[in-house]
Amino acid sequence: MNRQHLLLYTSALALLGVCFASAQTPIQSTSPQKNQQTAKQQSTSAQKQNHVQSEGERVFAQNCARCHTPPDGFSPRISGTIALHMRVRASLSEHDMQELMRFFNP
Amino acid sequence: MPKRFSSLALAATPLRLLLIFSAFGVCQCSFAQNTPLLSGGLGFFTSTNDGATTYLPIAEPLVAAPIGNHFLIESRATLLEVFTPKGGGQEGYNHSHFVALTYLQGDYTLSPHITVVGGSFLTPFATFNERLSPLWINNFQDGPLIAGLGVMQTGTGLGGQLRGSAVSRRKFSIDYAAYFSARSGNEQFNSARSSGGRVDLYLPEQRLEVGTSYGRLLQGTHENFFGIHVWWEPKDTGFRLRSEWARGAYGQGYWVEADYRPMQFGGYNSWIGRFEPLFRMQQTFKTSHAGNDPLPGINTQRADFGLDYNLPHNTRILTSYSRQFSSAKDVNIWETGLTYRFLFPAWKGR
Repeated sequence: MNRQHLLLYTSALALLGVCFASAQTPIQSTSPQKNQQTAKQQSTSAQKQNHVQSEGERVFAQNCARCHTPPDGFSPRISGTIALHMRVRASLSEHDMQELMRFFNP
Repeated sequence: MPKRFSSLALAATPLRLLLIFSAFGVCQCSFAQNTPLLSGGLGFFTSTNDGATTYLPIAEPLVAAPIGNHFLIESRATLLEVFTPKGGGQEGYNHSHFVALTYLQGDYTLSPHITVVGGSFLTPFATFNERLSPLWINNFQDGPLIAGLGVMQTGTGLGGQLRGSAVSRRKFSIDYAAYFSARSGNEQFNSARSSGGRVDLYLPEQRLEVGTSYGRLLQGTHENFFGIHVWWEPKDTGFRLRSEWARGAYGQGYWVEADYRPMQFGGYNSWIGRFEPLFRMQQTFKTSHAGNDPLPGINTQRADFGLDYNLPHNTRILTSYSRQFSSAKDVNIWETGLTYRFLFPAWKGR
């Protein structure tokens, strides 16, 4: 194992260690009802603490979350762009896209 | 991703295109919720294959800019540097870089059921290429062995595509995609003359998706490709099963991947719930050696065992061990990686 190899590997391990340590701190946006969290709450808990089951949540869980974990949160200014992108990528219907928009911006 | 290693492309052109693209987004009037976004993933991967370790820092930025309510321009680029051991008894590493656009497409919503896509787009065959190929989505660092089947060599098409939701009801939905691609030798928009499509049936109550794909290569020796995929994600269990089978003119193969988030122990965001054990089984079979395809040259079996950890702030640790069996050689593959997913508006708002 030469020096470059060792340096790269050490850097990667250090980075992994830092990230693992940060995982032990609670997320600021976690809602009080975290035991009942769903994909919707993970993505929008920073915006709304008290969600009820909605059509938009269903659309999100069944389409977006089918492929990837929800983001920790995002700016409401890009919610329309995300919905439009997901409409194409996940082949959402017009109705589902509108519900998704309402879910992002209740 | 692997297909792009083969051609170390120019750095300047895609970056220029992205800059022009971003500037265009700044100039256009955006609605309150339609600000262009920057998203994508950053990653650092290591892979030890049969004792040789490679390092791969990689970035996959994505830009999406809507123009009005019906038009969206989106593009994803790949920037990576790969460090590979020199081999042959020599110490040290060779390194090479690769910068290119993965796709650049315009999407126009023609009607509630039809979206027209034009430009350079990801080939809609099976599920991996379109849905799972972003580095921050894929559970394993590697794509499946059959990922190259049906995506017409480059994974992208240059032409047009119709896609959308044919039917969407509470109990089921059907969506489709159909495309035609021209042949292109352009370094950034390399594609093969081909056509094909995909149809998916999704049952929301069962959380079951079944789909089929077809593709036909229309240049050189015309070849047909068929694919079937089945995804199942039982509700509120944290379990997920994904699988694909694909067949080409010279071979076929499948992969089945299962992953589990132990959400019963305090939810997805508990320290236990963030673990994600994985298993993937894959096999490829050569049916003929008369032509080339992206499959391994000999029948290959591979079992992948993974353990991911989903950190807060859109960060993941990916680890896996794979044992690959073939008549040429059995090898161990160890992989570790760290990925970060970013998502924010393209510029600061009011």
